Amino acid sequence: MKIGLPFAAIVASATGLACTTPASAQAVVNVYCSVQVEWCTLAANEFQKATGVKVSMTQKGSGETIAQLKAEAQNPKGDVWFGGTGDPHLQAAEDGLTEAYKSPHLAELHPWAVKQNTDSGGSTVGIYAGALGFGYNTELLAKKGARAPACWADLLKPEFKGEVQVANPNSSGTAYVEIATLVQLWGEDKAFDYLRKLHANINSYTRSGTAPIKAVARGETSVSISFIHDGVTEALAGFPVKVTTPCEGTGYEIGSISIVKGARHMANAKKFYDWALTPEAQKLGAQAKQFQVPSNKATPVPPEAPKFADIKLIDYDQAKYGKSAERKRLISRWDSEIGSLPKP
Amino acid sequence: MNVRAPLAWSAAGLLAAFLLPWYAIETGLDSVPWQSGLWMSEDYASGVAQAVEHGKWWLAPPLVVLVACLVVSLAPLPRRRRGILLATASGIGLVLLAAQALAIGLHGWSAGWLASLFGELGSRQGGLGGGGALALIALLSLLSIGLAQRGAFGGDAFVAGAVTTVAASILLFTAWPILHILVQAFQDSDGVFRPLLLIERLAAAKIWSLRCLVGRGGCGVAWNTLFLALCCGAGSTALGLAFALVATRTAFRFKRTLRVLTVLPIITPPFVIGLALILVFGRSGLVNHFLEWSLGIPPTRWIYGFPGVLLAQLFAFTPVAFLVLIGVVEGVSPTLEEAAQTLRADRWATFTTVSLPLMLPGLANAFLVGFIESIADFGNPIVLGGDFGVLSTEIYFAVVGAQLDYGQAAALALLLLAMALAAFYLQRQLVGRRSYATISGKGDAGLPTPLPDAARHTARWIALPWAAFTLLLYAFTFVGGLVTVWGRDYTPTLAHYVKAFSIERSAEGLIWSGAAWNSFWTTVKLAAIAAPLTAALGLVTAWLVVRQRFVGRATLEFATMLSFAVPGTVIGVAYVFAFNVPPFEITGTALIIVLCFVFRNMTVGVRAGMAAMSQIDRSLDEASATLRGGVPQTLFYVVMPLMRPAIVGALVYGFVRAVTTVSAVVFLVTAEYDLATTYIILRVINGDYGLAIAYSCALIALMLAAIVLIQFLVGDRRLGRRPIALQGGRA
Repeated sequence: MKIGLPFAAIVASATGLACTTPASAQAVVNVYCSVQVEWCTLAANEFQKATGVKVSMTQKGSGETIAQLKAEAQNPKGDVWFGGTGDPHLQAAEDGLTEAYKSPHLAELHPWAVKQNTDSGGSTVGIYAGALGFGYNTELLAKKGARAPACWADLLKPEFKGEVQVANPNSSGTAYVEIATLVQLWGEDKAFDYLRKLHANINSYTRSGTAPIKAVARGETSVSISFIHDGVTEALAGFPVKVTTPCEGTGYEIGSISIVKGARHMANAKKFYDWALTPEAQKLGAQAKQFQVPSNKATPVPPEAPKFADIKLIDYDQAKYGKSAERKRLISRWDSEIGSLPKP
Repeated sequence: MNVRAPLAWSAAGLLAAFLLPWYAIETGLDSVPWQSGLWMSEDYASGVAQAVEHGKWWLAPPLVVLVACLVVSLAPLPRRRRGILLATASGIGLVLLAAQALAIGLHGWSAGWLASLFGELGSRQGGLGGGGALALIALLSLLSIGLAQRGAFGGDAFVAGAVTTVAASILLFTAWPILHILVQAFQDSDGVFRPLLLIERLAAAKIWSLRCLVGRGGCGVAWNTLFLALCCGAGSTALGLAFALVATRTAFRFKRTLRVLTVLPIITPPFVIGLALILVFGRSGLVNHFLEWSLGIPPTRWIYGFPGVLLAQLFAFTPVAFLVLIGVVEGVSPTLEEAAQTLRADRWATFTTVSLPLMLPGLANAFLVGFIESIADFGNPIVLGGDFGVLSTEIYFAVVGAQLDYGQAAALALLLLAMALAAFYLQRQLVGRRSYATISGKGDAGLPTPLPDAARHTARWIALPWAAFTLLLYAFTFVGGLVTVWGRDYTPTLAHYVKAFSIERSAEGLIWSGAAWNSFWTTVKLAAIAAPLTAALGLVTAWLVVRQRFVGRATLEFATMLSFAVPGTVIGVAYVFAFNVPPFEITGTALIIVLCFVFRNMTVGVRAGMAAMSQIDRSLDEASATLRGGVPQTLFYVVMPLMRPAIVGALVYGFVRAVTTVSAVVFLVTAEYDLATTYIILRVINGDYGLAIAYSCALIALMLAAIVLIQFLVGDRRLGRRPIALQGGRA
């Protein structure tokens, strides 16, 4: 029976492992969470307190979550996808990975959040919005004696030569929002003209969308183009970072929530979705030190949060620029006209 | 043996078909009273009940085969005849089992043409459970017993069983998932099969451009990857050799410290080295600050891009090369060196014409591992790459980036695999079929020749500064966990450790209130399960490949490289694709994480095992066989004790890689099974470096403890050689 040994060992460990899967007779909902981890935990605890439904929370970035949803499409394991930038949510709706649902709270939301819902055929809705802007390192700018950038045009100044960092749109949704914003601001040709000039001041097109603001925090670059709430996070961590939004106008992302098509706990998923749109749920973001603008009009906005009223926002066309065909086209134009330029 | 083993396995398979639920129970076996529903409940029914009572007729044929095997085992047949019958029957059974599992899934027929051919199916089936899995294992065992009795594998059931186990498990947990993802390289976004698409995808200028040679922009990612991997392979092998020589062939006083130091980088959770390098060499880092302050050199950003990534990779992978090489350098027999000296070779000639060539399999293996580690590395390029893209980062962003293009990711993964394959082929050509055996059964082999001065000095002058540098980097990192904000505010604090690892005492006992405990214990548990499995599977495979002769040996050797060469992200997604649906529906369990660890990390066990094994003279095996030692006895009492350094290496590697892997498990962790690394990465993403580093330091301490424990449990290899300290005085 010697031959049995390796097999027996494998069988035993496999069965042992299979048996450790805990029993869960309780009402549960599986949430894929793409906001910051403190916010995720807080939301899970509060929802559980409010409804008695146990939240099984897995935190992942929005790109990773949509990759997972796509891989799991034949046999979905998640129920709700909470948070994360809007484009992947729109993409999931386009790919039929998420379920259309009309929440009774829809009427309480800001128009931009509702528009996200209508644009996607009802499959997703906005829960917060975050504006695109600049992050800068106050110490490095002081050392250089440079004034903080206030407009897109300022980034072209010679004193920022090799000091600006922005992500590569091939991999980063943030960089794509930047390009789409400029295109909507000035028209496509003028926008690419600007990007070409800006290239002289860029030191690196990073792969990740949040890398530039981290580089600013650590003094590796002076200025970055980032979502301003990410800059606030670094500043709160103790780094000399300040944020501003461009004077010409800027775009924004709509953090969204979607229900997974074929969710195993559909009723609880809808319960979580409805709850996430209430002021009680949305004020948790600020408690977790995340200062995006909540989508429910009745949610109290904390004083630290950048006010959308003070920001010159463009009328960002999520429906047009969230479509994958348009995205592919703009990115490949960026590739051939900007990405292939030699390093300045 | 002739009758008992097949009898036992047929009976076990049948018992499983009668007494265990055939399909998986979602909430686990112990959660429901399945015993009472074994016949009537469709969810918990046994295989027999499913076939008879619940209309799953397709389960009947494989079960009939098991009965046939039982009959064959009982029948009075000559050994060879029984073997042929057993092998044929169990082979048919396996084919039937696989066919029904692939054809019928969660929603009835799994392919449209099957439905149109046979009509709609009234029933459907879920993932394989305890009963089904055991029946499958029984059939596999019967197949190997049958083949052995028929005369294959030298008629040895142990070898047959080992080959079947290794082959079946690699097929299932490496080839099957990877196939799932690679096939997408040929499909467009709607899943339509278009073979030419692969060429289209791989022809892009972004991949192959050579602009950097003429100074106009960056080169294609393929060239970047290749060049980086060649430098990393060569560099880590050279450094690893220097360390191995200093540690084994000189009288260097702090050998133990050196060993610990060289091991440090492998036990460091990813991103930590990259971050530490930025804080030391970055634009606002220590070195640049000092240069600006003392010499007025303006700070530069050289660390971002090729130099930084290479530096970080050398840091990370030199220890792996060292682990592969140390056993090899130790194993080189002094006899041959003494013979060379008797023939009037000086120390330099001895070293270059005898010692070094004998280390060739080790050097080639170390290079191969360094090369492949480099092309599969993701953590360092993502932190330090800047504009410098490599294949693994491109693949990652093809999957999770703004494009979500699995097809592109799969095409690039194929390219990466091709590179690994080429390296593997070249390595085999280089090492060839020559003999490198230097550990034989003959007693004392003499004293190792002292290294020639030039070699000794070179080794020292490479190894010691590198070690000092490592020490500096780690001291700096360690401080990071004890200050308020690393790189910014150096006020000492214990807050990060308290937040992660606080324990409160209460009336009901201890409360593990720290934020990190949950993921910490899960990691410890899963890594402790994975490590021995990884080592055992790796070393057994190495032993099969080196010592046994059977058809498909080279294929097996290559297959073990597959999951190692494919980047973690691809493996992770591939596992979700393959194991989220029946027949093996194991996503969301701890099992899938353990399997991912085992099959991703066994490669190093295989390489280390092969390198060590090719030094052990076959005559030892033959001596054991002459003394009527069976194959298992020879393996466990002769080969294994001589392979202790390789066993330690494989165990250590299996454990630490399980603790430090990130990209492969990102898609596999769940709320219940969260791992330390995914927790740390989320902290890093949030900019919460203090906690991330505090946690990393705790993990490093854990892994050091594990290494000491493993070393203690396995013990040292005792070769009949005198200690080297004697010649130290002269050195």
